[in-house]
Amino acid sequence: MAPDVRGASLVALAEGVAAKKWKSRDLVEAYLDRIARLDKKIGAFLLLDADGARRAADAIDKKIAAGEAVGPLGGVPVGIKDIFVTRGLETTAGSKILKGFIPPYESTASARLAAAGAIRLGKLNMDEFAMGSSNENSAFGPVHNPWDLERVPGGSSGGSAAAVAASLCAGTLGTDTGGSIRQPASLCGVVGVKPTYGRVSRYGVIAFASSLDHPGPFGRTVEDAAALLEVIAGHDPMDSTSIPQPAGPYRRASKAGLAGLRLGVPKEYFQSGMDPEVEAAVRAALDELGRAGATLVPVSLPHTPYAIATYYLICMAEASSNLARYDGVRYGHRTEHAGSLEELYAKTRGEGFGAEPKRRIVLGTYVLRAGYYEAYYGKALRVRRLIANDFAAAFAQCDVLVTPTSPTPAFKLGERAADPLQMYLADIYTVAPPLAGVPALSQCCGFTKSGLPIGLQTIGPTLGEETVFRLAGAYEARTEWHQRLPEDPS
Amino acid sequence: MSTDPYEAVIGLEVHVQLATRTKIFSISSAAFGGEPNAYTDPVCLGLPGALPVLNREAVDAAVRLGLAVGSRIRPRCRFARKHYFYPDLPKGFQISQYDEPLCEGGQVTFRLDGEVRRIRLTRIHLEDDAGKNIHDASGVSFVDYNRAGVPLCEIVSEPDLRTADEAAEYLRAIRTLVRYLGISDGNMEEGSLRCDANVSIRPRGESKLGTKAELKNINSFKNVRDAIEHEIARQKVLLGRGEAVVQETRLWDPDRGISAPMRSKEEAHDYRYFPEPDLPPLVVDEAWLLRARAVLPELPEARHARFLGLGLSAQDAQVLVAERPIGDYFDLALAAAPAHPKKIANWLINEVLGRVDDARKLMDKEVPVPPAALAELVELVEKGTLSGKLGKEVFGRMWQQRRRAGDIVAAESVSLVSDTSVIEAACQRVVERSPDEVARFRGGNAKLMGFFVGNVMKETGGKANPKIVNEILRKLLG
Repeated sequence: MAPDVRGASLVALAEGVAAKKWKSRDLVEAYLDRIARLDKKIGAFLLLDADGARRAADAIDKKIAAGEAVGPLGGVPVGIKDIFVTRGLETTAGSKILKGFIPPYESTASARLAAAGAIRLGKLNMDEFAMGSSNENSAFGPVHNPWDLERVPGGSSGGSAAAVAASLCAGTLGTDTGGSIRQPASLCGVVGVKPTYGRVSRYGVIAFASSLDHPGPFGRTVEDAAALLEVIAGHDPMDSTSIPQPAGPYRRASKAGLAGLRLGVPKEYFQSGMDPEVEAAVRAALDELGRAGATLVPVSLPHTPYAIATYYLICMAEASSNLARYDGVRYGHRTEHAGSLEELYAKTRGEGFGAEPKRRIVLGTYVLRAGYYEAYYGKALRVRRLIANDFAAAFAQCDVLVTPTSPTPAFKLGERAADPLQMYLADIYTVAPPLAGVPALSQCCGFTKSGLPIGLQTIGPTLGEETVFRLAGAYEARTEWHQRLPEDPS
Repeated sequence: MSTDPYEAVIGLEVHVQLATRTKIFSISSAAFGGEPNAYTDPVCLGLPGALPVLNREAVDAAVRLGLAVGSRIRPRCRFARKHYFYPDLPKGFQISQYDEPLCEGGQVTFRLDGEVRRIRLTRIHLEDDAGKNIHDASGVSFVDYNRAGVPLCEIVSEPDLRTADEAAEYLRAIRTLVRYLGISDGNMEEGSLRCDANVSIRPRGESKLGTKAELKNINSFKNVRDAIEHEIARQKVLLGRGEAVVQETRLWDPDRGISAPMRSKEEAHDYRYFPEPDLPPLVVDEAWLLRARAVLPELPEARHARFLGLGLSAQDAQVLVAERPIGDYFDLALAAAPAHPKKIANWLINEVLGRVDDARKLMDKEVPVPPAALAELVELVEKGTLSGKLGKEVFGRMWQQRRRAGDIVAAESVSLVSDTSVIEAACQRVVERSPDEVARFRGGNAKLMGFFVGNVMKETGGKANPKIVNEILRKLLG
């Protein structure tokens, strides 16, 4: 007997499968039914693998019937951002240039999900090559925010956030480069975690900006996100930047309480430009945390004003390099109008890339050109170091930082599409943690009067995921924001 | 002595493919050949999401090369991305090293016309090789990525070379060295050793460098020599006419024996180097250096000097160090017959080397006369059991039948007759039937000694000990 999966937690669904309260196949059918009814309005999925999901679910159910172990996520349907390569399943990174690309291998993170028994329902919509903060840069259409279909879900992992918010699957994978997990989590009112750089393997994650790309989970609850991260985190010999230390236990941390935690409140994150409703909700959350027993400590991250410029210099330089491989020679789109090798490149890339990747390739190529490296990329790396030092200094005074995730709630589709600079400012509170490589989580801390979710960001020191989960879990336990669900679109 | 008013200044960039089992950043075989695209994987094909993982075997090979030429091995170095578009370059960039190469400085030592030459090195760094474009006659192009990701060491010399011969000899010395170290087969035909040359000329005595041209596609010793000579001549003509040398990249056409500038589009690269974010800095610590040093073999120059010390001629020493197995063979034979280094060298060079098609296989089990067997033969000859001529015969049978010299001598009584009474009788017979020659010999024609010795040898079926024959004949004819 399948439960109502609307609003269900991944952890509860997994426990129900393990306890034979329901079958994995029932869960798959329940979610496929919701997707069939609702996703036309939301647009979270780029590709559904219904048959594959049914087969995998049946296999899990068989194992359970036979009394075999199925892993911590046994039988739970999940969705994967289309930036993770999936063996035998088209993977596009939201770009026409990869249309039709069937990877011959599987990303480490998605393979670990499968090994833990999770069922892959399909691939989720995203901004092209993870470049964007609204999901409007997807070559395959926008994603609509389940809380207000006229608004964006945030980006670039817009499909991953919206799918969890609309209960189209129990949990999802996304990637965060400058906020691409936390900002959409904030705009969709779900939990999104960007772990420490190297905590989750990037192997098989289509690169946008290699030194900034962080795969991570989305969940309905803090514990759901922790359960997903426990599975996907850990050393991977296929990623040379992967961290060797063992990962977890995050679920336990999410229930450990926040007694004795010192909460740093960085003053630079509470300055002008913030939506007043966002500021009120975040300040109320701080008060709540204070009442819960945490000590609030004012701290400063003085190089914060340089974070956006630093972030965009580095990510564009790296993107211009990472996107060089899409040349029409080996896979993906190839122009039909090439008379020469040069035309093959120019036309394939001209036809295949959307406006945002092109903008970033041009700017990234510009900053890396001979003689200008020091003025741009080299300087950005030095400022990046200063930003990392800011965090290290702050964490000498406190255990965890608490800030808003996004300066505004979800904005309307098309509202900022014409103004890239305005769009880049959506990342103002989220770009610094990836520059420093430190872990950060976004969770819901309230709603605007018009009913849009507001996100609270918790930032921990390097490998401080457990502290982040302690704080986020304790906050969630004292509040009910996470229990609110968007209406199903009719 | 040349009265040439110009001197050439040459620097070489040599690429050595390292003979590792797998590629530098992935798990595919790094072997040469194979069906097109058989040795590929997501990493070397540049598939989306694939990440490089550095092969320590490649680093170890480069470290050994650096130690062998006396480079400074950086305790911490970095990889960098070098960008350009070409179908054989799967990622749109090569993973190379830029501002922090693995090895800096050092020198390559070799001998040219008996003189020791030392060519300084700028650097040695690691990088990945590209694939290969294949164009068929119908105008269709294919790409084979088997070579993509094979580890390369780039060895950059200072502009210390002055002639085409010297450049070719330098390249040969590098080939010898990498083969000694066992890090590459150094095979130019298969592209495991490749070379670009920077060539400029300047008036003799001038210290400022002239404008250089870069020569590409010079992938044989002959091409290196021909292309550089041609380039020096070309630049002399230009300067002679009062024209300037243009800084450019030129492609050598070995069939026509000329070079032509590459299209400027092909060479106008801004490589947009930046540190490879997918690879952490490479740290080579003292322990690693110690391990690498411990397995360094005796290097060609040291071996050459040691062989001269044994009394070998410079020419023989040169032959013996040309490939490591030749010297190894020599050393093993010498260990078994320590009194005869020069003789062993002669036998090795004249008999053994002539019978193997590739001196690099000299230490293989298949070689029918192993070093100890050669030593045994040399001892038999030097003891007088066999003459040189007989020795050669015995060697031929050793080679064909894989038998030891001692066995052949014992079983077939091929040893020399040293019984003076037998030899004396034969000498007596020859002297008696050659009165004219005896008279002429006694009249002062010393050359006739050969005639008498030859006839005695005939009488004894070639088995008489020539030393004793000579002694007795002198007595009889004196």
